[in-house]
Amino acid sequence: MDVELQLTVENLLSRYVHAIDDDRLQDWPGFFTEKGRYRITTAENYERGLPLSIIYADSRAMLHDRVSALRHANIYEAQRYRHIVSSTLVERIDAHSARATSNFQVVRIMHTGESMLFASGRYLDRIRMNGDGGEPQFEERVVILDSRSVDTLLAIPL
Amino acid sequence: MSPASESRAWPAEGVTRVPYWVYQDEDIYAREQERIYRGATWNFLGLEAELPDPGDFKTTFVGEMPVVVSRDLQGALRCFENRCAHRGALLCLKGRGNTKEITCIYHNWTYDLEGNLTGVAFRRGVRGLGGMPADARPESEAPRKLRVATFCGLMFATLSEATPSIEQYIGPEVAAKIRRVMKEPVKLLGGYSQALPSNWKLYFENVKDTYHASLLHLFFSTFRLNRLEQKGGVIVGGDGGSHVSFTMMKTDLAGDEYERAGMRSVSGGYRLEAPQMLESVDEFGDGVTLQILTVFPGFVLQQIMNCLAVRQVLPKGVAGTELVWTAFGYVSDDERMTELRLKQSNLVGPAGYISLEDGAATGFVQRGVAGASARASVVEMGGRGVESNESRVTETSVRGLWQQYRRHMGL
Repeated sequence: MDVELQLTVENLLSRYVHAIDDDRLQDWPGFFTEKGRYRITTAENYERGLPLSIIYADSRAMLHDRVSALRHANIYEAQRYRHIVSSTLVERIDAHSARATSNFQVVRIMHTGESMLFASGRYLDRIRMNGDGGEPQFEERVVILDSRSVDTLLAIPL
Repeated sequence: MSPASESRAWPAEGVTRVPYWVYQDEDIYAREQERIYRGATWNFLGLEAELPDPGDFKTTFVGEMPVVVSRDLQGALRCFENRCAHRGALLCLKGRGNTKEITCIYHNWTYDLEGNLTGVAFRRGVRGLGGMPADARPESEAPRKLRVATFCGLMFATLSEATPSIEQYIGPEVAAKIRRVMKEPVKLLGGYSQALPSNWKLYFENVKDTYHASLLHLFFSTFRLNRLEQKGGVIVGGDGGSHVSFTMMKTDLAGDEYERAGMRSVSGGYRLEAPQMLESVDEFGDGVTLQILTVFPGFVLQQIMNCLAVRQVLPKGVAGTELVWTAFGYVSDDERMTELRLKQSNLVGPAGYISLEDGAATGFVQRGVAGASARASVVEMGGRGVESNESRVTETSVRGLWQQYRRHMGL
């Protein structure tokens, strides 16, 4: 096993979820390359080969739009996430990129105190190891929800 | 009905007042199952395109009643209760699949794709012992069969013989707007569900409520996708429970009514970095960029620019609703068109720029009225009737819903 690669990828995954859980959404697009793709879909769509996503972006600019909509346009009750990411398998594609598969769970904590298991699933990632500033960045992050159902609304990204 | 609900009398004002007990009362909910879902209504089941081949089936619900929808081996669409004649277990546990027969896992009783009981395991016993009496008629408790109607590739079912034809039920004007969108063979793009923390009627009202759209959803108004000064209208059809609302984006007169009124929904300074998502194609050739259509009690057809979807509204208890979204394009779409539809799908669903708030807003009503079952909401925008209207500053289609609802419920 390439220990350094494993640790570099796990560090990226950890920094990503801390940015979201700490409500630093403005940092979220920076985890992607300029042409980075991000989408959330369900395991059912994924397994049936159906292309529909719940969120779909094919550029960092589209992720910026998501953040500004959440900050300035969309109305939703105050809430936070707590991501738990584990079981990350990493495999090198070539000198500059790697593939990673991880499990995740997300607890959603409402301002009312209600806390629930909001989402579980897999991250399927393609990572450029030397992105902007030499830091690793996602070229693609596909979030596959285990369930076909989302409770109420999905505002904050996963 | 229990004594408590016998006192549930509709306010004297009629459809301009909606009493809050209608979203809260367990007895009302039970009566809706009987009189609406199992009564003389057409319940949306899904797209025919979901069941292209003989032997294809899916499971879904008519109200709370579980049903199997199948394409039988002769190619006809069927719908029957998902309940074994024997002990009432679910017959079909999968969400979808393809099969020649259906077997109840509990005691291995078998059914064909029309819902006929075709086999009872060990009916004659084993080695002359056990088994059913020779004159037993287990099929007397067979799953009920529903009448199925299709309209433009949409599947509906009803348990009642009294339900009028599907076109008559929807009404000619609304039916014409279904034809407009379902104009050619469709291709499934995918789906998902949204669990809403509110009574089903709060969501159905929300879809019919043209007044809220540009006030709650900033995304609409800021980008001039739907502002009430744009040309559009509302048509109420059927018995009141069908409606279609539409907007013609290019007719915007660049008015400043929202700005002058200081509406929250046009707070400035918000610009898209990747506006390509909103570069829509006028594929219907009529300039209508937004069409939302409903059929009582649980069907929604949506055209938001080039983002097309059907939504099935399923009641899940007094204070819960499952909203099943199915997005589609046309078989004739090229790769670019499919990509455009997928990108515009960011506008809808549980994370949709313009539909995200609906899930929350209906829940806010459910929570807000918790201590006010004897009070009522005020539905007087655009007058007191249920007629079609050129203005969308109206709640006429919400009143239409309550007109049809009250007739079915005898309230």
